[in-house]
Amino acid sequence: MRHVADRATSLRCRIIQSTCRAGSGHPGGSLSCADIVALLYFHVLHLDPERPDSEDRDRFILTKGHAAPALYAALAEKGFFPVEELQYLRRLGRMLQGHPDRVRTPGVEASTGSLGQGLSVAAGIAIAGQLDESDWGVYALLGDGELQEGQVWEAAMAASHYGLDNLIAITDYNDLQIDGQLSDVMRVEPLADKWRAFGWDVWTVDGHDLYALDAAVREAQVCGRPAMIIAETVKGRGVSFMEGEASWHGKAPSGEQAEQALLELRGGDADE
Amino acid sequence: MSDGSDLPRESTRDAYGRALVELGARRSDVVVLDADLSGSTRTGWFGEKFPERFFNMGIAEQNMMNVAAGLAMSGKTPFASTFAIFASGRAWEQVRNTVAYPSLPVRICATHAGITVGADGASHQALEDIALMRVIPNMTVIAPKDGPEVERVIPAIVDHDGPVYVRLGRAKVPVLSSEDESFTVGRAQVLRDGGDVAIVACGIMLEPALAAAETLGEQGIQARVINLSTIKPLDEAALAAAAEDCGAVVTAEEHSVIGGMGSAVTEFLSAECPVPVHRIGIMDRFGQSGEPDELLEEYGLDAGTIERAALRVLKK
Ligand SMILES: Cc1ncc(C[n+]2csc(CCOP(=O)(O)OP(=O)(O)O)c2C)c(N)n1
Ligand SMILES: [Mg+2]
Repeated sequence: MRHVADRATSLRCRIIQSTCRAGSGHPGGSLSCADIVALLYFHVLHLDPERPDSEDRDRFILTKGHAAPALYAALAEKGFFPVEELQYLRRLGRMLQGHPDRVRTPGVEASTGSLGQGLSVAAGIAIAGQLDESDWGVYALLGDGELQEGQVWEAAMAASHYGLDNLIAITDYNDLQIDGQLSDVMRVEPLADKWRAFGWDVWTVDGHDLYALDAAVREAQVCGRPAMIIAETVKGRGVSFMEGEASWHGKAPSGEQAEQALLELRGGDADE
Repeated sequence: MSDGSDLPRESTRDAYGRALVELGARRSDVVVLDADLSGSTRTGWFGEKFPERFFNMGIAEQNMMNVAAGLAMSGKTPFASTFAIFASGRAWEQVRNTVAYPSLPVRICATHAGITVGADGASHQALEDIALMRVIPNMTVIAPKDGPEVERVIPAIVDHDGPVYVRLGRAKVPVLSSEDESFTVGRAQVLRDGGDVAIVACGIMLEPALAAAETLGEQGIQARVINLSTIKPLDEAALAAAAEDCGAVVTAEEHSVIGGMGSAVTEFLSAECPVPVHRIGIMDRFGQSGEPDELLEEYGLDAGTIERAALRVLKK
């Protein structure tokens, strides 16, 4: 798991660098899911960057599309496109759009950015997988605020109705959305109970504990039902001045702030 | 200079935030709803002042629109805000069937319309919202040109019959309004007189429209520039007069050329006073990430494009 932890740190550094360079973007929610994305891309998903469309690949849908900087960093490190492209995040005419675009970017499975739609797409892919008796899996990462969209629960119902045991969803439960804490803006609790009531198997884990996340994923793969892993996270994780701060949802660090952030991230790595 | 380069600038969303606070102080029936974007839409300013009349509905735009419908049915005057893509797109059928069909006075004030949203990219750039909203019966559609106009629009629509969609932006735009201006729903405004070609624009496109009129003037072509801030209902008299006096029309909007303000103008003129019309807008494409100014140029929403369109339409 050490190499996954190193990858997570590397993704975090790239999130800071790419959003700083772009002058806009979403560092908070990208940092909160960096461990989840690193675990999936460097330990769980079967992918071949040489053949991004191979039939037998696992599918990952970033339904909280604004965390694109985390996804792009993972795809670049995986080799889907050169890491140099990350410095052109959000630039006119380039491949890496503000929100994931499956037409422009190799490795991006679904165009997302409008919240609440990705789990339905994942369910469709999972149904297709079952029709073809495939053994690949479908993984979807949602925001906790995103769960306020009614469509998420329509997808939840469909996934259990159609017995989509090849679908694993993860909620990045950082307890923040743009306007503040979920409990102030719009409560989603009791969350595990809701998913269970919709017919899903549910795990609640520390979303920054790679072993715990991995254990939940392994159990989810064989549980025989659609699975929800509620990953408790800290928004802005790894950068002291961003942690737990709603204000870092959608603004880029300045050059100075980015330097400070990189120092912390790399320092933390050396201390481990 | 009429290209606006040395005029004060502010975004129409900022003016909206201020206008709501002012209205809230005068009218206790005004309630405001938002969908987790109250910082960006500026409804948060109302929320700070009048927390008991502010309802954050979370990331759930469809629910928000119909909660607004319920409030409107019960003597309240709801203003519902989110980004234009979600207000007009995500919640379209809720608005169509449950707000507009019974003609409920819900005021949908949507910010972040158009390509000038910038780096967030295509998923967040509403280039279809005018089309989506104006096709709905009973709906009034307004796209103000600058902050002062927004501050006149908001009090003007508060008691308007039926639902209203107000299109607001994120980009800072020059203040083109004069002090003594007034706003009446459904009335177009001539910002510059001329009898050779009419340039009909709305929202941020007034600035390049006036700049194009200036350069056309240097070539001896007098362009009439019309601010068509109310897109529905159309000011038919002003449009007919423009067509008759000028004989050629260019429309300019930060929206798809399909179904938007230019389409509305063309639909009317083609039946009532057919003259050549050239529509400037986004040519059936999705947006993309980029800086607002770069995008305006890339998508041909600039003074040069309007000027060339005017010259072309004059030759017809
Ligand atoms: C349908 C829709 N409504 C609103 C938005 C604007 N928006 C972008 S991110 C966000 C908050 C997301 O919160 P959460 O899901 O908790 O994400 P995270 O905390 O992981 O960043 C909102 C409201 C959107 N992208 N899509
Ligand atoms: Mg969150």
